[in-house]
Amino acid sequence: MTNQASAGTRGADVRSDCWVSVEQTDHAPTIAIKSKVAALYGDSIRATIAATLTALDASDLSVTLDDNGALPYTLMARVEAAVKRLRPDNARVCLPDINPATQYATTRERLRRTRLYLPGNTPKFFVNAGLRQPDAIILDLEDSVAPDEKDAAQILVRNALRAVNFYGAEKMVRVNPLPRGLDDARALIPHGVHTFLIPKVEDADEVRAMDLVIASEAKQSPRDLGIASSHPSTSQQNDAAPLRTLLAMTRPEIFLIPIIESARGVLRAFEIASASPRVVALAIGLEDYAKDIGAERTAEGRESLWARSQIVNAARAAGVTPLGSVFGDVADETGLRAFVRDARALGFEGIGCLHPRQVQIAHAAFAPTPEEIERACRIVQAFEEARARGAGVVALDGKMIDAPVVERARRTIRLARAMERLPEEWEPRVRDVS
Amino acid sequence: MPTQVNGRAVTPFQGVGKFIPQARKAAPPLRSCAQYPADGNKVAPSLVQALRRAGLRDGMTISSHHHFRDGDLVSAQIFASAKELGVRDLVWFPSAVFPAHAPLLAHLDSGLIHHIEGSLNGPIGRYASQGKMRGMAVLRSHGGRYRAIQDGDVRVDIAIIAAPAADAFGNCSGVGGRAACGPLGFALADAQYADHVIAVTDTLVPFPCVPWHIQGNYVDQVVVVDQVGDPAKIVSGTTQITKSPDHLLIAEYAARFVRDAGIMRDGFSFQAGAGGTSLAFTIFLGAMMRDAKIKARFIRGGSTRYLVELLEQGLCDYILDGQSFDLDGVRSLRDNPRHLPTSPFTSYNYHGKGNFAALLDCVVLGATEIDLDFNANVVSHSDGYLLHGIGGWQDALFSRCTILTAPSFRDRVPIIRDRVTTLCGPGELIDVVVTERGIAINPRRQDLFDALRDSKLPLRTLVELKAEAEAICGGAPQPARTSEQTIGVVTWVDGTIIDRVQRVGE
Repeated sequence: MTNQASAGTRGADVRSDCWVSVEQTDHAPTIAIKSKVAALYGDSIRATIAATLTALDASDLSVTLDDNGALPYTLMARVEAAVKRLRPDNARVCLPDINPATQYATTRERLRRTRLYLPGNTPKFFVNAGLRQPDAIILDLEDSVAPDEKDAAQILVRNALRAVNFYGAEKMVRVNPLPRGLDDARALIPHGVHTFLIPKVEDADEVRAMDLVIASEAKQSPRDLGIASSHPSTSQQNDAAPLRTLLAMTRPEIFLIPIIESARGVLRAFEIASASPRVVALAIGLEDYAKDIGAERTAEGRESLWARSQIVNAARAAGVTPLGSVFGDVADETGLRAFVRDARALGFEGIGCLHPRQVQIAHAAFAPTPEEIERACRIVQAFEEARARGAGVVALDGKMIDAPVVERARRTIRLARAMERLPEEWEPRVRDVS
Repeated sequence: MPTQVNGRAVTPFQGVGKFIPQARKAAPPLRSCAQYPADGNKVAPSLVQALRRAGLRDGMTISSHHHFRDGDLVSAQIFASAKELGVRDLVWFPSAVFPAHAPLLAHLDSGLIHHIEGSLNGPIGRYASQGKMRGMAVLRSHGGRYRAIQDGDVRVDIAIIAAPAADAFGNCSGVGGRAACGPLGFALADAQYADHVIAVTDTLVPFPCVPWHIQGNYVDQVVVVDQVGDPAKIVSGTTQITKSPDHLLIAEYAARFVRDAGIMRDGFSFQAGAGGTSLAFTIFLGAMMRDAKIKARFIRGGSTRYLVELLEQGLCDYILDGQSFDLDGVRSLRDNPRHLPTSPFTSYNYHGKGNFAALLDCVVLGATEIDLDFNANVVSHSDGYLLHGIGGWQDALFSRCTILTAPSFRDRVPIIRDRVTTLCGPGELIDVVVTERGIAINPRRQDLFDALRDSKLPLRTLVELKAEAEAICGGAPQPARTSEQTIGVVTWVDGTIIDRVQRVGE
């Protein structure tokens, strides 16, 4: 029977993280702190550790900390992970205060041009991830997290959802492949996640299973979450009561984005995309797909053209947004622009980013050109005028315009507005025809 | 504030541009060419012999320069030789110290070195901060070091000039030899004012050694050793751009600021170093200059491949270079007549009749802490430890627009404070603070607010940035626990004392 467990990272290269060891001892419990920021936050660190232990009903444990500037939510997560590794049956949790700045909603229709991947067990990338204004950030529990760190990452991501301001980015979490992903979802649903990405989906039932978990979690009144505060002065009740009210009143809808990464998944893409009304988009992961079909990845992506087109087609047929893959070479700006242009031409409306620098480059490459915007405005203008006249047929420059063309023009205008290429108040001016 | 530093009376800071001492400059002893070998061969058999001939004795001040940066192999040889001569209580007066100098701490412990005059960083800064150095640390900028020699604040008994290449007459070049490092400007004052000057090289070439960055007419002796520097640590093969998303964002904001404020215009000038953010700033600004077809008149280096590209692509007329950070910088200095070496005398000197730093349209510098009045610290961390040199930082504050770049917090260390731990630069000289969470303009610069009226840059106040960073870090930091004992002073460019450094209490 072991009496010691640890969590977190330490070492010369570690930043904004800490390593925590907890130990069951014979003597009175102690807290030993070694921290790069002891001179500035030593008192606060001690208080946070003590409060976390109290909330976890684990104040009998001795703690050793090796800290490289972990923020409070990270410190709390590492203590909790260490305690649960020592005592897996401990079902209590210790939650940081909800940062009011994290309380913003998402919508089904919002732009999802860029989704910035953040390795879920590497807190140093979290706090500034929103500064480049990606449309979404992804706290990743899957491929970027080592198998034996999945438990710690889940706790860290949960705390980050509550504490970290992502400055308006949609808060996505990529869960692990099911069934583990269902447990991830259960742990994170009450804490402000907007959208789950489900990796390696091959069957619509996987989407339905996630849907069921979300629906049943949503029905429950928020569990008594054993809320503690990062500031010991705040009592549990003070924090928990408004949270419950908030969740009960405004618990927002949680969306799903299945990621197709296999031959089988591509063949079932439409079924998967239509499996739940929560699905807002369908994404493709090319690395695994290429491996699955036994192809080599080429720069121009010949091997995945059919699959990418299938995804676009399936997504559109299901009425959801098709999202492209990630572009891996973060130093290659020219390549990224070409990648986005290519994705856009195929019908994709977003890509995955691995580095914040890619975000604005991708946004610019997704932006409609001035000519496209101008033409879109003229199309919508002509359509509205024809409708006002009660005309059944719309023509522009002597050519017929049918409904899909108008719909695409509207999408271009929406995009142009969102990217400040067109004034927010632009509306077609319908001339008086009476 | 101390009134005596290492036995010398000092004047407290009087305000920017207020302290105008009246005196004559210090001067080295009169020498005559009849005292030197008629054939011009000044080569001494060894460093030990040269130091003996120079009359090395207890308590003397020995100077050295830092153009070899972390690849300096000469400083260790100087003190190993001095040890052989059995002297004690020397004062070391380097133009900067580097982590590679940590082994010299043994000489501080043994009493061979009494104290170090100059900015302290890395392990030596930590040593001094813990109160282990006998004398007081006197922190000066590059310009301030030149001034201190001219004032007579520091009399250099023996200057050691490490030279990548030299001839027997003592001409020293920074662009030849195995340890080619670029200009040798940090050794200029030492050559001109020291009582005795020894050039040390591993590459002795026939007269004339050109370009003579240090002229042999200043040099008493020449010593040839096996190796003066580790080339890999002197200049990097190629300078790498930072991958840090935060540094890149700050650099991009700084470049956009310079563009949107109208500072970037034909014929303008700027200075940016080789640190992560400064280098990225240069790259971003260079791209904006290219797009807008704007040409700078001159750029002050630290030269790197990226400055050299701007010069070679016709985006600037001249590089005025204080030190080269990579091989492209060294090559360009050697081959391009529009790439010129400078020294603290031309760039920064307080007793010069003007200097280049004040002519710059903008400069981008770092800081460890900034207070709400824009006062800044560059030498110590918030825990009180001396960890960085001043370098040319104080001197460059005199540019027309001084931009400090810093994250609003590092890991869990807020950068914007109620009061800086160590005051190095007065806020009246600091115009803009660029962080990853927004840009704060000094209220004194209404013209910059006006110029930025239509910019999309995120303008914030320091109060807002401080509050946001502290909220992320979990509240305001607790007060630092320092002892009342003064272990060092920060000198302002004019020689007055702007702040003291306290021992870290632990």
